[in-house]
Amino acid sequence: MLDQVKGFSTTFRHLFQKPITQQYPEYKRPVYPRFRGRHQLHRHDNGLEKCVGCSLCAAACPSDCIRVVPAENTPDNRVSAGERYARIYEINMARCIFCGYCELACPFDAITLGNDFELSEISRDALVYTKSMLLEKPQLRTPSQAVDPYDVPAQEMERVLGMYDITTATNPEGAE
Amino acid sequence: MVDGVILTVVKSVVLASVLMGFFAFMTWVERKLIGRFQVRYGPNRVGPFGLLQPVADLGKMLQKESMIPEGARPKLYLGAPLIAMACAIGAFGLIPFGNVATIPGTDWTIHLYIADTSVSLLVVAAIGSLGFYGLMIGGWASGSKYALLGGMRAIAQLVSYEVAFTLAVIGVIIQAGSLSFLTIADAQTPLWFIIPQFLGFIVFFIAAVAESNRPPFDLTEADGEVVAGYHTEYGGLRYAMFAAAEFINAITLSALGAVLFLGGPNGPLLPGPLWMLLKIGAFLFVLIWIRATLPRVRFDQLMKLGWKILLPVATLNLLLTAFAVVYF
Repeated sequence: MLDQVKGFSTTFRHLFQKPITQQYPEYKRPVYPRFRGRHQLHRHDNGLEKCVGCSLCAAACPSDCIRVVPAENTPDNRVSAGERYARIYEINMARCIFCGYCELACPFDAITLGNDFELSEISRDALVYTKSMLLEKPQLRTPSQAVDPYDVPAQEMERVLGMYDITTATNPEGAE
Repeated sequence: MVDGVILTVVKSVVLASVLMGFFAFMTWVERKLIGRFQVRYGPNRVGPFGLLQPVADLGKMLQKESMIPEGARPKLYLGAPLIAMACAIGAFGLIPFGNVATIPGTDWTIHLYIADTSVSLLVVAAIGSLGFYGLMIGGWASGSKYALLGGMRAIAQLVSYEVAFTLAVIGVIIQAGSLSFLTIADAQTPLWFIIPQFLGFIVFFIAAVAESNRPPFDLTEADGEVVAGYHTEYGGLRYAMFAAAEFINAITLSALGAVLFLGGPNGPLLPGPLWMLLKIGAFLFVLIWIRATLPRVRFDQLMKLGWKILLPVATLNLLLTAFAVVYF
């Protein structure tokens, strides 16, 4: 009988606590620094693409969602720093499982997974990301929110890191 | 019909509409409170504080396809929600919100109840029990095993607890010496019946929770066992009618508890209807609190509690009351 009273008092006390719900579309919690979201293709500082069209990412992809069609670089059409470049580079986001194997497989760090996770679309076709889309800086649908790990305020980063129990000592900037 | 035919019809329409509005508001209150009990916000997207959530829910229900499952008995299938709904609203007509009120600015008087018979309590119990047919017919006519089992469960539970419920209420009847709600409410002027009839109140309250199919006695809707019970095959507005009937039953039982044990519309300072609302609200809050706290009981535990504990306790209370009334 006493246990019942205890139970009722516990629930009653919770009635006056502040809800812990995070109101998602208004508040977006910064993601974990090694969160794997939307992919991005990178360029060298001189503007050349890092991707050399080797298709190792496509081979590593467990869900077979990357399609690479390489072509040769020529002196008047130099796209990448290597011998060849990716003429077509497509990722089907509907199939991607965000495992990050493409990032691991890439010998030139040409592809990385970013932090953007709001990727829903009305049509399936829109989920096939082309090379030009992937080369752009991810369109941050949450402009007020620092999604780029480099832009997260140190205080917030510390809080997030604390949440995941990671030592901040090795990662003072919260950067990977 | 204390106020004549026309006024009674008007009052009935007003009462039914207000009751539906109150039901809609209470669904919002319940969801909000359950949310806060679980340290969440509850509905807060539609309108200020999510107040328009019931309207949004109704809009969604209205858009659902109206269909009759294969194997169902169409007439009974369609009629069952109506029976449940009509009985739920009908039973509320006898609840008094006070005796006579004068309309401000005129000398017209109006009775704050639709009918007060010498056997009001029996009428409410009878109409409430008629509502069980809605559940049973709905479960049976759906042509689905889950609905059938859920319906059978509902009836077994309701009939079992009706016995303890009635026995607990008889104590009040003996002490007040009447079955009329107004007389019962007035008989509690010095002391609410919750004190002398405490045992009876406990049995009444537990039985009322079980009869309104609310947690922890919501076995008829135990989704892990019988999907959604008797209304498994219902959708859209017909489902909404079952849900509304169930909630209005809970409101009626709260009102009954207020009249039988908490002095009904009598109270200092505030007018009768407000006191009734406060007392009904208190009961509903406790119902929601219980829902937020207790896990669902097993069916054998439910039956054991009903027949082996509540029934003897109610009988004991009845005997004690009878002795006290006769010898003191």
